[in-house]
Amino acid sequence: MTDHSEVDTVTGKSTTGHEWDGIKELNTPLPRWWVMTFYLTILWSIGYWIVYPAWPLISGYTSGVLGYSTRASLAVELANLEKIRGEKMAMLAAAPLADIEKDPALLALARAKGRTVFGDNCAPCHGSGASGSKGFPNLNDDDWLWGGTLDQIMQTIQYGVRSGHSKTHEGQMLAFGKDGVLKADEIVTVANYVRSLAGLPTRQGYDAAKGTKIFADNCVSCHSEDGKGNPEMGAPNLTDKIWLYGSDEAALIETISNGRSGVMPAWEGRLDPATIKAMAVYVHSLGGGK
Amino acid sequence: MNKTVNPTDLKLDDDYGPLYAAQKKVYPQSVSGTFRRIKWGLMAFCLGVYYFLPFVRWNRGLGAPSQAVLIDLPNSRFYFFFIELWPQEVYYFTGLLIVAAIALFLMNSIGGRIWCGYLCPQTVWTDLFYAVERLIEGDRRERMKKDKSSDPMKLERISEIVLKHSIWLLIAWWTGGAWVLYFNDAPTLVKELVTFQAPMIAYIWICILTASTYVLAGFMREQVCTYMCPWPRIQAALTDEWALNVTYRYDRGEKRTSVKKAAELRALGQPVGDCIDCYQCVAVCPTGIDIRDGAQMGCIQCGLCIDACDTVMTKIGRPTRLIGYDNDINIERRQAGKAPIYRIVRARTIAYSVLIAVVGGIMLYTLATRSMLDVNVLHDRNPIAVKLSDGSIRNAYTVRLLNKSGYDRVVAIDIDGPVNAGVHVVGVDSVTPDRPMVVIPRDATSELRLLVTAPAESNPEKSIPVRFHVTDIGLGEVASATDNFVSP
Repeated sequence: MTDHSEVDTVTGKSTTGHEWDGIKELNTPLPRWWVMTFYLTILWSIGYWIVYPAWPLISGYTSGVLGYSTRASLAVELANLEKIRGEKMAMLAAAPLADIEKDPALLALARAKGRTVFGDNCAPCHGSGASGSKGFPNLNDDDWLWGGTLDQIMQTIQYGVRSGHSKTHEGQMLAFGKDGVLKADEIVTVANYVRSLAGLPTRQGYDAAKGTKIFADNCVSCHSEDGKGNPEMGAPNLTDKIWLYGSDEAALIETISNGRSGVMPAWEGRLDPATIKAMAVYVHSLGGGK
Repeated sequence: MNKTVNPTDLKLDDDYGPLYAAQKKVYPQSVSGTFRRIKWGLMAFCLGVYYFLPFVRWNRGLGAPSQAVLIDLPNSRFYFFFIELWPQEVYYFTGLLIVAAIALFLMNSIGGRIWCGYLCPQTVWTDLFYAVERLIEGDRRERMKKDKSSDPMKLERISEIVLKHSIWLLIAWWTGGAWVLYFNDAPTLVKELVTFQAPMIAYIWICILTASTYVLAGFMREQVCTYMCPWPRIQAALTDEWALNVTYRYDRGEKRTSVKKAAELRALGQPVGDCIDCYQCVAVCPTGIDIRDGAQMGCIQCGLCIDACDTVMTKIGRPTRLIGYDNDINIERRQAGKAPIYRIVRARTIAYSVLIAVVGGIMLYTLATRSMLDVNVLHDRNPIAVKLSDGSIRNAYTVRLLNKSGYDRVVAIDIDGPVNAGVHVVGVDSVTPDRPMVVIPRDATSELRLLVTAPAESNPEKSIPVRFHVTDIGLGEVASATDNFVSP
């Protein structure tokens, strides 16, 4: 290639020989310090390849002479965090369950821990605000299937409901229709009886005496004679304003016909005892705890 | 076509002046007189306050810091003698900054750059560093000679330089050391610092402040005022024709010539000035300017040229204050044969004073009447409302109680909201029904979970306001906050 460079008369500098529509480019080389810095960064990168993980291989990567790994450093940081938290969590583990709410510092700790763990583990069913949905109880209210004292809440969290754990809550709503215990018209009648227990309006032509008899024959063993339920069996109070599966006639008929047996997993073994304690205090402190 | 210009013929500098000028080292000469004495006094006062204030004690009772001025960052508190500020009261600093800014404007409209000349840390420390330099290396001429000398350095000169920088560094280090004492209990921190048990951050800050003091006062000096500081530009825009500035009184005549020549000319009845062109005003100037060129940005108005000129005027038997605090109005009046007038009280200074009084007054009033008990309420967002088994509605709130006093308080919480509503604080067994009582430790906040339950029959149709009252049951002090009660 021939050298087309020439000297520009105005500035006295040489040109690069490039020309666009009569405009010529002055030869203005990069400053030496810039070029040197550039070469230094290249040298630096070679050092970096040797020292740090850099090149992907077919199954793995070059690990570098320092053996650095972000995963390992994360593990160290997490271990440190556990060490910092350990002391406080030990306090929580040592405190009797009933005393935690009395101590403002422990209560704050339990609630903070509880909220986080709740979000990670419980929110998928109970909702992030623990307000539940159909079939999943609202934990903010004062209606508890298995009891709302601190101990009862902790027991439920620990062993779950129909979870398969040896100490889990058992007992279920039978499928009176599907299993042929009650006929269709009897189910309608007893559904209306249940509505009347809660002060809800009943359908026209409903036979109250028949409803009372069907209820007495089939339901009182769990829901008790006054229909207020029994937390030992997980049998809900039928006289209150809170209905896990709905209070309209159709929903009640469905419940009586097919039964209900919602499941809550046991958290013992998945969460450590101090965390379960914090969870119990958190759920209790949402407001509904007894 | 334009004629081609030979590049060597272009001399941009001649047409536009250079865009960059190398620093010309200033060698201020020692001087004595009224303004020098004022400057020494103010320097001693300012440095005294800065270095020793952290050691002043103030009794706030057991368990509270006993340092009069303390910025307690870990606990987010600021202590100033009898005042204790919490982070949310940071607006007092805004007020303080406003007052400080207007005070600066007021100073400027009365006596020009009083701040720059006498009080600015840059001036004070530079002045101190110059004093050290002068003490070790001698006065202006000696220093200039020593710097210019191309002879190989002798041990004496080397030790002079080492000594000067050592003392500079010592002052700078002490400056950084005093800085960190404002952030922790001073006597404790000093003990920790000398036994190398202080937190690393303290040493880091000492190093930073040592470096900045050493560089700014030892090397950059007047460059900071001329090139870095925005105040010279701002004050030039704020000043007016009545402000008194360090001024060369050109009404004292021209031309400037030697004492002998001036006497001859005076005898002949020819015009001659009092200035004898001795350049003493330039020699003593810490920013290296010539005040006779008039008001200029480089002049920090320290008044040292006044002292220098007065000394010379006294020696040659002419009236003093050829340079003095004055303005062009008076110079022109004297030229016209009228008596000078000094108008310190004028619209501008009155306005600034009133502003200072108003802002200061508001600050003092709010400080004196601020509540030492406070309450903040935050409504639960999820769920907003909960329906209970008996049909009543409950809303949950996070309540934060603040006790700014130096003693524990027992407070009762009651509400104005839904009819017959119940109030419960989680973890607190109410002795008095629906009026839970809690203890707030002194100088602390407590966060509570508070539940308000409205019975079914009083259920509001929609959201209604609910007011929370927190009453100190001992003192009767009340703090209130408003939120809403929502029905699902």
